Amino acid sequence: MQAYDLSQNHIVMPPEEIALSTNQLQVFYGSNQTQSMTDASLSFPRFQITALIGASGSGKSTYLRSLNRMNDRIARVEGEIMYRNTNINSRQVNVYEVRKHIGMVFQKPNPFAKSITDNITFALKAAGITDKKELRERVETSLKEAALWDEVKDDLNTSALSLSGGQQQRLCIARAIAMKPDILLLDEPASALDPISTAKLEMTLKELVKNYTIIIVTHNMQQASRISTYTAFFHLGHVIEYDKTTAIFQTPTMQATRDYVTGHFG
Amino acid sequence: MTPNQTDKLATQLINFLVAVVVLILLFLLGDIILSGFPHISWHFLTSPSSSFSAGGGIRDQLFNSLYLLILTLIISFPLALGSAIYLSEYAGDNWFTGLIRTAIEVLSSLPSVVVGLFGYLLFVIEFHLGFSILSGAIALTFFNLPLLVRSIEGSLHAVPDSQREAGIALGLSNWRTIRGVILPAALPGILTGIILSAGRVFGEAAALIYTAGQSAPILDYTNWNPMATDSFLNPMRPAETLAVHIWKVNTEGVTPDAVSISAGASAVLIIVILIFNFGARAIGNHMFKKMTGGK
Amino acid sequence: MDDIQSKLKSPSKASREDIFGRVISYTCIAAIILLVVSILYFIASRGLATFTSNHVNLISFLTGQEWNPGALDAHGHPQVGALPMIVTSFSVTVLSALVATPFAIAVALFMTDIAPKNGAKFLQPVIELLVGIPSVVYGFIGLTVVVPIIRQIFGGTGSGILAGTIVLFVMVLPTITSLSVDALRSIPSYFRSASLALGATRFQTIYKVLLRAAMPRLLTAVIFGMARAFGEALAVQMVIGNAVLMPHNLITPTSTLTSQLTTNIGNTIMGTLPNNALWSLALILLLMSLVFNLLIRYIGKRGAIKS
Repeated sequence: MQAYDLSQNHIVMPPEEIALSTNQLQVFYGSNQTQSMTDASLSFPRFQITALIGASGSGKSTYLRSLNRMNDRIARVEGEIMYRNTNINSRQVNVYEVRKHIGMVFQKPNPFAKSITDNITFALKAAGITDKKELRERVETSLKEAALWDEVKDDLNTSALSLSGGQQQRLCIARAIAMKPDILLLDEPASALDPISTAKLEMTLKELVKNYTIIIVTHNMQQASRISTYTAFFHLGHVIEYDKTTAIFQTPTMQATRDYVTGHFG
Repeated sequence: MTPNQTDKLATQLINFLVAVVVLILLFLLGDIILSGFPHISWHFLTSPSSSFSAGGGIRDQLFNSLYLLILTLIISFPLALGSAIYLSEYAGDNWFTGLIRTAIEVLSSLPSVVVGLFGYLLFVIEFHLGFSILSGAIALTFFNLPLLVRSIEGSLHAVPDSQREAGIALGLSNWRTIRGVILPAALPGILTGIILSAGRVFGEAAALIYTAGQSAPILDYTNWNPMATDSFLNPMRPAETLAVHIWKVNTEGVTPDAVSISAGASAVLIIVILIFNFGARAIGNHMFKKMTGGK
Repeated sequence: MDDIQSKLKSPSKASREDIFGRVISYTCIAAIILLVVSILYFIASRGLATFTSNHVNLISFLTGQEWNPGALDAHGHPQVGALPMIVTSFSVTVLSALVATPFAIAVALFMTDIAPKNGAKFLQPVIELLVGIPSVVYGFIGLTVVVPIIRQIFGGTGSGILAGTIVLFVMVLPTITSLSVDALRSIPSYFRSASLALGATRFQTIYKVLLRAAMPRLLTAVIFGMARAFGEALAVQMVIGNAVLMPHNLITPTSTLTSQLTTNIGNTIMGTLPNNALWSLALILLLMSLVFNLLIRYIGKRGAIKS
């Protein structure tokens, strides 16, 4: 892998309505404060899928996890994260509220060791929703939206751990969207799944984007080109290029992007 | 001698030493059960002890042991749970956490007789609680805490971080995540730890001799008023436990049938502890299976 | 500002829950620290009273051989020489650890290397049962089985260091064994396969590779065992004879720090010299358990750097 000039980048400003944006986001890890993300400034369009791609160690997951403050306890994050005209990367902001509006699905499916219903209702109840009918409706809608309803509607009270990996991941999506978030962050959600489950998941995401803004980290370039409208390419903690997905994959501006999408490294 | 001969000889030596250890255990269990069983009878379990004549039972001692165990767990479990949650969920990687861990290590390495004497000094004498079940339960709490903290912390630690992330990513507070997600997932391990520690508490005597005392006043099992002096529920009365009873009849030497009483009491003690040990494993396994949906 | 914006900026139920959780768990941890500090403080203040308010000389306390705190010697000094108990405590501790260690390591090796599958399955419960037997039961068996046998073979009362050592040997065996098992299991399997691939026999592998690599942790296992032996009270008290005499052989009655404490603390009056002297014994026990603790940490650290 050759050394690229990391100070050069090509970042577009999407013309659509912006749901979330970051301004000069920097992340420092550990006791010696290693910088793992430098000046990332990106804007994510509403009701679109944006893919974050890059080799492992490029900082794409670190960046994603900063967006709903999941890095709070393990890293220092500086810069602005603007959501609804509020800088949510501020100590004064209620981080629990942030996460209600910006949901997250992780690399490995992580359902709770509870029944399918309880997986979805647990956080709803904690958020103060106690009406049984409403809870039942939310379970059904979210499972339908996550395309899991038909497979589990008769076993809602069985343990979520008895589901297959792909089903578990869709349950995690259902659990996240039951909170009615604005934005859904997905951190390589298909990396632990087989090709059939992956295809199902992608279908689900394409349906979900009608109602949610989706930002997805993936190491799978085909996946990025199949489902996303915009793509950001990360390299060694820097955003090198951010543009329409078609531009990234067909006419990339930066040398590093070109090399990555043509498979020279990563 | 060739290397191969040495190898054979060494293996035989190891096998021999292992066999000796197994024989020791078999002898111990055999001795306790064989010499103790003949003395266990309904009469033995249900009559009060007598100091100076033969034929005494262990009714009150057995009850005291159980009552003390329950009180100890009531005091030590919440404390241990809170501390374990701190260590596993809140503690940072810094000198303060190191200090806490050292403190807990020191506490766990203290001889139980020292812990008992501290309880005697502070609670029996300074706080005027006297020789009482309460003093005993507090002393046993000190003795039980470090182990319980460590086993609960271990169970909490064994819950994968992805579960914590799942909780907080839904906008739950850390506390809600711990209570609603982490604790239920760690429950089988926590329960196993509690029951195993119960076995240790049940057999402990050194920490009790000067806290719960060495006398077993006649109890009225029909008096449910915990304030009454002869009530079995009164936590302020002195209470000799089964383990202390074994020690006392053997060292004071005024009870004519001390040996058979100790044999019977030892057998009862061992049986209860065996039940705790096997129960802990069975309950842990059962709950684990139930939680993971039988797979 | 819309509704969501204002919610983002104000504390919610979740923020309050988190403060609640912190307060609870911080309180518990504070209670434990307070407890440890007060144990150290109270035992130390009582134990030092012998030297501060009764003006006993520390050196003569540690080296004197006459223990009779109620009486004065020819020079008018109280007779509080703790040496016999210190010697006996260390004797039973060292001897029992010496006897137990070969057995413990043999059992551990059997479980990790000789018969890793069935051996572990069979011996794990054996160790757990040995841990589970209460110390008074060990003492009782010592009193009814071990002491009479010694009496028959060697004459005398049968009580003494030998009986104490035998009882403690069985009691520390499971402690040393289970920690040795952990030590041996922590050695990566490529140590074994590398050695075996070079043509070494199993014994050579065990002796030259495994035991050496595991040495720091095996040492801590033995020290853990010694700490348990040193602090054990009732089982020893039941078989040691409880006469405060300098031990000259293994089969005459003598007394350990713990046995003297358990026998007499209830028979002395708080605040008097005989009572303070006993607290000084408790202080020695406490300090020794701190020393064992430090030793374990020290060896643990050095072992960690080496590997």
